[in-house]
Amino acid sequence: MLFENDATRIRREVLVRIARAYLEGNLIREIDRIPLEMRPRNAETVSRCCVYKDRAVIRYRCLAALGVGFDEEKDELTPLSAFAQQALDRKKVEGPVLSVLEIACHACVKAHHKVTDACQGCIARPCVVNCPKKAVSVVDGVSRIDPKACVNCGKCQKVCPFNAIVKIPVPCEQACPVGAIAKDAQNRSVIDFDKCISCGRCMRACPFGAVLERSELLDVLKALRGPRPVVAILAPAVVGQFPGSLEQIVAGMKRLGFAGVVEVAHGADLVARAEAAEFTHRMRGGATFMTSSCCPAYVQAAKRHVPGLMAHVSDTPTPMHVSAEEVRKQNPEAFVTFVGPCVAKRFEGRNDPMIDAVLTFEELGALFIAGQVDVAACPEEPLERPASAEGRGFAIQGGVTKAVQAYASPETPLKPVSINGLTRTTLLQLKAFLTSCPGNFVEVMVCEGGCVAGAGVVGQAQASAQKIRLLTGCGSS
Amino acid sequence: MKKYIVCICSGTTCFVMGSAELQTLADHLPPELKDRVEIRFSHCLGLCNDRNFSRAPFVTIEGEPMGGATIPAIIERLGKLVSGNA
Repeated sequence: MLFENDATRIRREVLVRIARAYLEGNLIREIDRIPLEMRPRNAETVSRCCVYKDRAVIRYRCLAALGVGFDEEKDELTPLSAFAQQALDRKKVEGPVLSVLEIACHACVKAHHKVTDACQGCIARPCVVNCPKKAVSVVDGVSRIDPKACVNCGKCQKVCPFNAIVKIPVPCEQACPVGAIAKDAQNRSVIDFDKCISCGRCMRACPFGAVLERSELLDVLKALRGPRPVVAILAPAVVGQFPGSLEQIVAGMKRLGFAGVVEVAHGADLVARAEAAEFTHRMRGGATFMTSSCCPAYVQAAKRHVPGLMAHVSDTPTPMHVSAEEVRKQNPEAFVTFVGPCVAKRFEGRNDPMIDAVLTFEELGALFIAGQVDVAACPEEPLERPASAEGRGFAIQGGVTKAVQAYASPETPLKPVSINGLTRTTLLQLKAFLTSCPGNFVEVMVCEGGCVAGAGVVGQAQASAQKIRLLTGCGSS
Repeated sequence: MKKYIVCICSGTTCFVMGSAELQTLADHLPPELKDRVEIRFSHCLGLCNDRNFSRAPFVTIEGEPMGGATIPAIIERLGKLVSGNA
């Protein structure tokens, strides 16, 4: 599937404009102008009904980019500049990561099946015959589905010889692996935060760009101009996110003002060693299986949806946490910023005192553009301490298993199982592991393909995975 | 047979605003174009200096710049060139 679309573009454009205004010292003065600049009165492209609606939605996109929750707007007349000031004065972004922007939500009709005009009114009528609820009948020579009787099983769609029946989904609901987003009485989508695992899939799936994440971009920009040294801890999925080598990305980040850039792959390597030891310990203690714990969306899914799994989730802290700890040991003053592909890491970061801020690669990209840093033109900055292949492999499906396997004791061999992408089906599979697990080490990646396919990436997942395989010498798994 | 040259800008602005996806252009070329196109990647072409960067990502096709480039738009243009209908 092609990942790029205009909703993605608009989100990135807002981030760039805000970062640029800040870097030029004009944020407070210019921010109210951003919706007008993006949709001038004579705009050639309009996303919605008119420039005025577009501007209103962009205004809220600016709020999300400032890290302000929509519920913080008590008076619609409050200018963006006031929110920007408030954002500059705060210590840390708090509250849920994702939210639905009500005025941007199209309130698409509930998922349903529909007979299109491709229906030929055939005499075989497999749709009528195979419907278990007798919801399909022939009216005026063509099939009709009675929405009251239909249970959306999809049988009619499968049996139609003319492909005349289509399923019209609700993209955000379809994308959510845990049923956390659903329609309210007005048909607007609402996120249930008791169920939400912050994976960010709804955000990428919504064709109206109505699911937004609250950014910490401004907090990082402010820190870059502040007294504390800003140290970036860079997730292993960085490979392939920007044109140029890892060494050039590091050089580009230094140009933006980061005092230090450390690969989280170091932390991942330590995690793999600790998980290998923990695995042996658990197996000796009679455990049936252990699962990885580095994917924060998976840990939330286990906690909220299959609590029985929590006893099997590795107790080893995540590579992000371990890396932050290492940085703090050397530099207690550091403003530690995790930069990665992941929306769920925001949730983890907001609840981890070791982490000061979390940026996605998309936001780092916006900083590069705003700071006029062309990564591929930067001279290579040699890495102080290049990470191991085991650690760097964490970003792709199979990588965690490979790393733990490399350090595992031969006495307790790994029988690996991979959950590559969390869906309703694989969630049930995980649940079934509680009674019978086909292996003893379960690697869970909520994003199919691993972190390189996260909701906050810029690069193409498959291309990035290929680059990581080349870099680490890991074959396809 | 003449090969048509597509040059994809890999400057950071173009990459973030969409050319990351254009890197996979070769996989999307229809069979009739596969042997007629040479794909190159370049450093920043310098076309994004406009503060509204509304037209990034850029590519050049036979030296001619195309803004707001997408895989379908590039394929359409190439199709016209190859069939002589440009």
